[in-house]
Formats: sequence, structure tokens, C-alpha cells
Amino acid sequence: MAHSAVPTTAPAVAPISLSALAPWAVFVGVLMLVLLYLVGAEQGATALFEGDTVHEWMHDGRHLLGFPCH
Amino acid sequence: MNPISPRVLLVRGMLAGLLAGLAAFLVAYVLGESKVDAAIAIEEAGHAAHDHGEEAAPVSRALQATAGLGTGTLLYGIALGGIAALVFCYALGRIGRFGPRVTALLVSGGLFVALNLVPFLKYPSNPPAVGDPDTVVRRTTLYVLMIALSALLSAAALILGRRLAPKLGNWNASIIASVAFVAAVAIAYASLPGINEVPADFPAALIWQFRLATLAIQATIWTTFGLAFGVLAERVLTPAAAPRATAQPAS
Repeated sequence: MAHSAVPTTAPAVAPISLSALAPWAVFVGVLMLVLLYLVGAEQGATALFEGDTVHEWMHDGRHLLGFPCH
Repeated sequence: MNPISPRVLLVRGMLAGLLAGLAAFLVAYVLGESKVDAAIAIEEAGHAAHDHGEEAAPVSRALQATAGLGTGTLLYGIALGGIAALVFCYALGRIGRFGPRVTALLVSGGLFVALNLVPFLKYPSNPPAVGDPDTVVRRTTLYVLMIALSALLSAAALILGRRLAPKLGNWNASIIASVAFVAAVAIAYASLPGINEVPADFPAALIWQFRLATLAIQATIWTTFGLAFGVLAERVLTPAAAPRATAQPAS
């Protein structure tokens, strides 16, 4: 067998069942994407809130993290 | 099946993400802020009549560089930590005989490549004064599209690797899956439109240093996350890790 780093005697870690993971993945996944949107794109390409305070507040982070800013 | 709840790992993932965001803030502040300031100085010298940040900016530069940057990097770290913990929940026990710590490092390395490095090489970060405000919708769309495409191609490469592994062994299957991934990314790079809005007289060295700072920040996030989350996850997944380690030190 060709597995590398781990000796074959190491106990395998049991996987987590997908049905247990699915609700967390959907709910938290969406929540985290909303968070990334607020950090990376709100009041840039599109805007949920009026003004440009969010954009200006996140300005340096957006540039340095690699998001298109303005 | 592992009886552990994804909730336990999610909480730890977001904690490790918070720590990663903190490390990212320090790197961004030390390496990045001077580049942002230099670019803004060029922007203001070049066209004083430009409308960005001229008339009573709602957030001062001092706040942008400290509290603003901190908010951005910490939230970014928490969000990526949560997503990475979910990917870890899926990867654990499914990508080979790896323990929690190695799995955490593989997941964070993979997410660095898929979510940051591959999109960055096509659409790299830009300092202020680079980029036409009128094209921000198009640039954001292409950037998000590139991230989504890269994530999908990574998942496809992972599936391909797992399919080939029983026949070819893990090593050869991983090489073939990686080559297929690189080829698919190359096709994506070639088909998507390029963006170059760097003004002709903008200093090339500043762009280079700014983009290196971005890569350093991303690498910091994923390294910190991978190491911290690996420790936290191992503690809950293998509570008996300590006695086992003494009984059988690495072979």
C-alpha cells in the first residue's frame, strides 16, 4: 500500500455521518458567507445598507485581503 | 460513524479562526499598512479632484488602519474558520488514514490554495489608487466567480483522487488528481477575461510589495488556523491521545 506519512498501525478516525453534518453545513455555511459578504463586498459592488460607512470601515481589510474594493 | 457533534468542532473552528484573524491583523498592520498609505499618497498627489475619501471621509485613516482593519481581519478569520471546520468535519476519516492534526493541516492547506492562491494568481489584490471605481461590479463578479470555480475544481480533483486511490495507491492518485486540477485551472485562467487597471505611472515595486503582503496575510491565516484547530480538534476527538502517545511514540 502506498500511504505515506501515517503508519498502517495508526487507528483510523471514524468519519462523521453526513446526515449529522448537513444541517450545520447549510445553516452555518450560509451565515459565514453572509459574514464574508459584509467584510468583502457590502457597499462595493452591491449595497444592502445606504451610505458608505461599512465600505470605509472595512476599506484597508478589503484591499489587503484581496477583495476588489473600488 | 463518529459520535461527535459537528457543533463541537464548529465552535473550535471559529475559535481557531479568531486566533488566525488576530495573527492576520498583526501581519496586515506591520506589512500592509505602509503600502496602503503609500498608495493613498500617490492617489491624492495624482488627482486631488478625485471623489474618493476627499469630502469629510466617514472613517478616518487612523481608524481604518486599526479598528477597521482589525474588524475586517477578525470577521474574515472567524468566517473562514467556520467554513474550514465544516470541511474538516467532512474530510475527517474520509481522505486517508490521517489523524485530526494532519487532517486539519491538509484541509487548511487545501483551502488556502483553493480559496486564496488560485483566485489570487488570476485576479491579484490591488492597493488603493489602482482600479476604476466604475468597473467594481465586474471585478467583484469575476473574482467571486473565480473563487467558486476554484472551489468546485478542487472538490472535483478530490473526488477524482479518491476514485483512483484503490487502483493506483494514494501517492499516484494524488499526483494525477493534482495534475488534472492544474490543467483545469489553466483552462479557467485562459477563458476568463483578464483585468489590468494599474495606471501606467504607478510604481511597480509598490504593487509587488502590496501583493506579497496579501499573500503573507493569507498564508498566516491558514497556517495559524491549521495548527491551532488541529490541536483543539485532536483534544475532543481523541481524549486518550496523551496516554497513547506515551505508549507508542511516533514510529
